Amino acid sequence: MSTPRVAITEYLEIDLNSERWHCRRCDHDIAPARSNYKEGLLVANRDPRDIHHPILDERYPFSYAPDPKWCRIIEFYCPGCGTLVENEYLPPGHPITHDIELDIDKLKERHAQAQGTANAAG
Amino acid sequence: MGGDQEKSIIEKFLEENVLFLGPDQQIMEDHSVVKTTPREQRALDSFTDTDQINLVRHKLQTACNESFDMVEQMGAAPGAKWGDLISGVWTANGDLALASMGGVLIFSVLTQHPVKFILKYWKDDPTVGLKDGDIFMHNDARYGNIHNTDQSLVIPVFHEGELICFTGAIVHEGENGAIEPGGMPSAAESPFDEGLKMSPIKVGENYEFKRDILTFLQNSVREPKLQLEGMKSKFFAAMRMKARVEEAIAEYGVDAVVATMRKTLTDTEAEVRRRLSAWPDGKVRSNVFADGTLRENCLIRIRCELDKRGDELIIDFRGSSPEFLNRPNNTVLASLKGMLAQEFLSFVWPDLPRNQAVFAPMTVLTDRRSALHCSPDAPNAQSMMTFFPGFTAIQIAVPKYLYSSSHRATDIIAGWYNMIVTFLYGGINQYGELVGNVCADLNGMGGAARWNRDGEHSLAPIFAPMADIGEQELIEEEVPLIKIVPHRLMKDAEGFGKFRGGHGYQQIATMKDSSMWGFMCCSIGSKFPTTYGIFGGYAPGTLPLCKVKGVNVFEVMKDQRELLRFTIPEIMNERPFPNAKYSTHHMGLQLEFAQPGELYMITQGGGGGYGDVLERDPALVSKDYLDELISMRSVLNVYRVVLDEKTGAVDAAATEAARQAEREARKQRGKPYHEFVKTWETAEPPREPPFYGSWKDRTLLYRGTPEDTCPADAIRSVMMPNPKDLRIAQLEAELEAALAAK
Repeated sequence: MSTPRVAITEYLEIDLNSERWHCRRCDHDIAPARSNYKEGLLVANRDPRDIHHPILDERYPFSYAPDPKWCRIIEFYCPGCGTLVENEYLPPGHPITHDIELDIDKLKERHAQAQGTANAAG
Repeated sequence: MGGDQEKSIIEKFLEENVLFLGPDQQIMEDHSVVKTTPREQRALDSFTDTDQINLVRHKLQTACNESFDMVEQMGAAPGAKWGDLISGVWTANGDLALASMGGVLIFSVLTQHPVKFILKYWKDDPTVGLKDGDIFMHNDARYGNIHNTDQSLVIPVFHEGELICFTGAIVHEGENGAIEPGGMPSAAESPFDEGLKMSPIKVGENYEFKRDILTFLQNSVREPKLQLEGMKSKFFAAMRMKARVEEAIAEYGVDAVVATMRKTLTDTEAEVRRRLSAWPDGKVRSNVFADGTLRENCLIRIRCELDKRGDELIIDFRGSSPEFLNRPNNTVLASLKGMLAQEFLSFVWPDLPRNQAVFAPMTVLTDRRSALHCSPDAPNAQSMMTFFPGFTAIQIAVPKYLYSSSHRATDIIAGWYNMIVTFLYGGINQYGELVGNVCADLNGMGGAARWNRDGEHSLAPIFAPMADIGEQELIEEEVPLIKIVPHRLMKDAEGFGKFRGGHGYQQIATMKDSSMWGFMCCSIGSKFPTTYGIFGGYAPGTLPLCKVKGVNVFEVMKDQRELLRFTIPEIMNERPFPNAKYSTHHMGLQLEFAQPGELYMITQGGGGGYGDVLERDPALVSKDYLDELISMRSVLNVYRVVLDEKTGAVDAAATEAARQAEREARKQRGKPYHEFVKTWETAEPPREPPFYGSWKDRTLLYRGTPEDTCPADAIRSVMMPNPKDLRIAQLEAELEAALAAK
């Protein structure tokens, strides 16, 4: 019988038996499901101009690119496959967001109910 | 006389001698549906055929749609023409039971407040009253509205002396006599700068407007004829809907109409709860940063925590920025709720009826006197500058519930573009009339990427499922505002991702044939993006206001057509007009008078991206490159695709190698989380840029500097200095230094 997994985002799933976050691309074991998945990823502080390059000349104060003194792109990579799992646009130094904190017990309960319904249906 | 008796007399005296009926907090902070009344229960007991109820519901829904079309076709205000309105039917208790399917759905959960005010205060007041033939209006957002540029009109519908319901419409009318023309003054520094302030008011009796009040209202705005026309179109729409309700009563009986309105509300709330139950339980959080007040740049935190439990959703914005007492970017709580409901009505469950019950299972938590729950003392004409970011905060959070939900009515979607990048205008038109209003270009917001496809370009505003952007030729017939080139999509302005966001278009405007004409803009997001991608997808970039002053392009291009450029980057980087002054700014422009032929240029924003850029199909990257949506720089440095510059042919092997190299580079530059946090996170916000809102602890709010704080439950409102005073002080200091150096 396969281990029950619930896909939570494009790149993250939770193994309900082991209660662990996993990468959906390479199956890398990321972190405990009851903790912040970001703690198991690699993190980089990017200059926003690396992605959003200035479209107007440097002589202009506003150039279509975010101001790197106001805004940084924090990128979270899977240590296994290098997939960009998530990113955040934050002011320099701003605490990182613990964005997903699901009730794992309820999730397991829901899955068990769904399995029960599926089994009953044959 | 005993103490209790004395107290009772004083309380009675105070109750009977209220000196001012301001916004009623109990009405304004309660978005729940009134419980079923005994009258409604009798109707439900006597009219139980669900098929018949369905027929009556369709009849009322069709009436709402019909009256919506009437206002859209008859209305003279630009907002009416492009669908910035709804029409609806409210129960005898004031709840909005059904509304038109199109239009601005924010109104769906905030039009009940003025109706409930009428019922609570005017119905039994001998000096006002509520009777057949009465016409009520309002526009003050503090009594329930998006902002004061919108005007509502409702009429009661009686049957054999019994109040059955209200019908009416609410429309973005535009001009309202504020400190700046056009109805949305970003220069407002107090509620008294925001123009017309109609608390719910009886403007007519016996189905006729009272001429004295009409004249007063016309004298209060810059476009008196528009004021009359707007009132008439809303009134006729309300009358048509009233006739349809009366037809339904005649055909099915009065209990059928009462039961249908009640059952529609009850069923809608039950269905929303059923759908919420399909989401996983738990918390999802997001942070959005507004980068200005429209007068100055600063960072305004919108902190959002969603907590879904069973069939209820708690939306917690506590810890967000304090209110700004002399800036108009504050939101009345009810307006915020209206915008949040938009997420569910347009993007999550668009198949549900448009009514107030859609939002009933949600609880919204805010700090009083925060920018998202401002006091009546704070101006709110530009509430969009905080409630749009509030909307985006939940729009990028909800997919984290929806992805694993057992029920979905729509696709998983990233952040839609969320700012009204358009020109407001005011002045004398080519017919010598004083006018002031807004261009419909704001409706061309770029669509967000979905889990399975790219976002559409310049598709629709976040606050309406369908709205027009107007015909430029028709606009030029009415006002002297000229677009010198057709709208073109902005290259590289998308939210990059596995699926990319849609692009927005460039607007290059000028004026001619006017003795006095001014432009305004009201968007944020010039330093910090306002919307975001999801699941690794990037935000769209930031957007400036660009100007070319000191030139009349009509004159210089008369004999030099070669000076014509078609895009903002070409004009700004190539500077084709000699001796002109080229400049960029944030997009908060207060009324600035222009000379003929001077250029004002802005760009509608794009949508957020979905997923990792390295997973984007190289063939889609090639197509976007050939369509000039992205530059070779983005092809190479963002998507890591190797293709032929001329033909767009993809080198698959080289692309795979480039992408693998980037994956390895990510692993090299990425640090383990805890190691990263040690060097990244600071205990408090920086001195520059000025930061407003909580940092680590949501109960402590910063007010622009690390030293200036207040508790979240006892907010001290922020007063901002005048940017011109700061500029003068800076110039004086420079002058003083220069003189001292001599």
